[in-house]
Amino acid sequence: MSREASRRGAWLAWVVQALLVLAVLAGAAWVVNHALEVLRSRGVRSGFDFLTEPAGFSISEGWIDFDASQPFWRAFLAGLVNTVRASVPAAIFSVVLGTLIGIGRLAPHVLLRGICTAYVELLRNVPLLVQLLMLAFAIANLLPDPTEPVRLLPGVWLSKGGLSVPWPVSVEGGWWPTHFEWPEKGDFGVSGGAALSPEYVTIVAGLSFYSAAFVAEIVRAGILSVSQGQVLAGQALGLTSVQQLRIVILPQALRVIVPSLTNQLLSLVKNSSLAVAVGYPELVSVANTTIGSNGRAFECIAIIMAVYLLLSLLISFGMNRYNARVALRGWR
Amino acid sequence: MRNVAQGPIAWRSELWGSPLRVLATVLLLVLLAWGGFHVVDWGVLHAVFRPDAEACRAVQHGACWGVVAEKWRPMLFGRFPYEEQWRPAIAVVVLSAVTVLSAWPRSWRWWLVPLWIAALLLFVLLMRGGVAGLSHVPTSRWGGLPLTIGLAVVGLALAFPLALLLALGRRSGWPVVRTLSASYIELVRGVPLISVLFMASFLLPLLWPAGWQPDVLVRVLAGLALFVAAYLAEIIRGGLQAVPRGQTEVAMALGFGRWPVQRDIVLPQALRLVVPALTNSVVGTLKDTSLVTVVGLFELTGALGLALGGDPTWRPFYLEGYLFIAAVYWVLCFGLSRYSVWLERRLGEGAR
Repeated sequence: MSREASRRGAWLAWVVQALLVLAVLAGAAWVVNHALEVLRSRGVRSGFDFLTEPAGFSISEGWIDFDASQPFWRAFLAGLVNTVRASVPAAIFSVVLGTLIGIGRLAPHVLLRGICTAYVELLRNVPLLVQLLMLAFAIANLLPDPTEPVRLLPGVWLSKGGLSVPWPVSVEGGWWPTHFEWPEKGDFGVSGGAALSPEYVTIVAGLSFYSAAFVAEIVRAGILSVSQGQVLAGQALGLTSVQQLRIVILPQALRVIVPSLTNQLLSLVKNSSLAVAVGYPELVSVANTTIGSNGRAFECIAIIMAVYLLLSLLISFGMNRYNARVALRGWR
Repeated sequence: MRNVAQGPIAWRSELWGSPLRVLATVLLLVLLAWGGFHVVDWGVLHAVFRPDAEACRAVQHGACWGVVAEKWRPMLFGRFPYEEQWRPAIAVVVLSAVTVLSAWPRSWRWWLVPLWIAALLLFVLLMRGGVAGLSHVPTSRWGGLPLTIGLAVVGLALAFPLALLLALGRRSGWPVVRTLSASYIELVRGVPLISVLFMASFLLPLLWPAGWQPDVLVRVLAGLALFVAAYLAEIIRGGLQAVPRGQTEVAMALGFGRWPVQRDIVLPQALRLVVPALTNSVVGTLKDTSLVTVVGLFELTGALGLALGGDPTWRPFYLEGYLFIAAVYWVLCFGLSRYSVWLERRLGEGAR
């Protein structure tokens, strides 16, 4: 290509790109304008001003008390807090359970391997929504009434009314928790400790079990990526098999595991939006109720998307920092 | 860790090789026997298989598979008119047959494209009717398994060309195209599918001219395709990155143009590399179709709610119903993921 022609090519490229930008902007402007017009013609107001108006619905659970007279923005905040309240324990449980199962899939014991493989294959191939609905049904119908709870562990009671666990509390007026409050069984059900609602138990348990199957596969692939020679070297040095795993294999496997694990955590947080189907009031559920009450679909969906993007960015940022720590230094 | 030997001899030493192993084996066997006994006791020995609600209620600790015997048709076909349900049944068989045929690498020829178009047309024709003496069935009455499979297949078919454009766009030399593609992909991957489906069902109607409402099925399909495209695009990009740069340079040196290089040399290799990853994405999409029940379409999951929710006689036996549709999903998804493993091995052999 001559110099002249390549200059003309570059010029052409910029013209095409400028036209593309114009087309995208014009398309977006038309969509927004048209949508606003249709809304106006149907007598629906638009804009984010509704956020300061009273919501008219209440949210039964979560760390932020919310009743019907409080404004919408607080409802969204309560929903966001509920999303985090469900995702963080689910993330921790799924990583712990998934790591154990992933290691179990490579264990030198055929029964243990078989059980772990069965777990992964069973849970990975059924949609999360079906698992959540099944759990919700099982908790609501098959468990005993709240007046006759079953004791899973000392201080942990399970019934149709949900799960009660010990919870750290502080003495009157103190900031720092000083002792655990243990739930106790009375005539009218369990009192004390932290009472977790059936919806909350469903979403946390469902997310944990489902994600654990995927985490197990990631952990397994990570361990398999460590070269056989490393294990033999560990054996030659006289390390026990637990030491081999802890000192030699896992630190190297982490380099392979962490990037995939980041993806899995991102999808776990996004999957927590399925709680809308089992009645746990997280962000998507709050937005859905809001759309039902005032028809501000555009704004509510914009809020959902913005919040999830923000959460995703935060997780990516945190996990990338962690990744930089476990990554191999020097060689690139 | 990795010296997982095969065969019964190795198993014997794994099971009984040391005192610790004997202990583990005994514990696990007890656990398996206890769990297996409960499952068999509940699911087979004390279960009711007849569609008899009285008998089901009389049983205290046993499954009621009678609910499946009684309700399998509304579970599998939703609200499709009862006498016409042979049509969705054939539609499912047609789509499955074409899918199975295209799963075989030897049949990856140009005639697959017209075959797929014909199969999809036949699917819509059978489901919708209105011609050739078939009565018209509105999409609002479609449901169950044909809807699940149809959404996944059509959603993927629509998403694929868009994903191809996005993947090429993200690697384009033009910064504007690159930025637009990358922003679209990252934006869509950052939000949950359910919010995209809500958007499709609440927002898209605002964009159409008043008086003409696009079908909810069409809107959901658009949302699903736009969502899946972003994920497929990243997979395809991975494949494009794995094709050595030298291939492009050699082709350019031989006088190929920019587009023929991509079309004839880079893309075929890239797609071949990522076929297993694409299959995994197909499994994900198939499972994700269950979410459309949240916006009021009665695919497999929704059809179950429809079949049991309105019937107080059978409502107590939801768990058996869920186990049934979970089994249907499981067979489909497990089959696909086994296929992906097989394909990876087969394509890997060819490459080496």
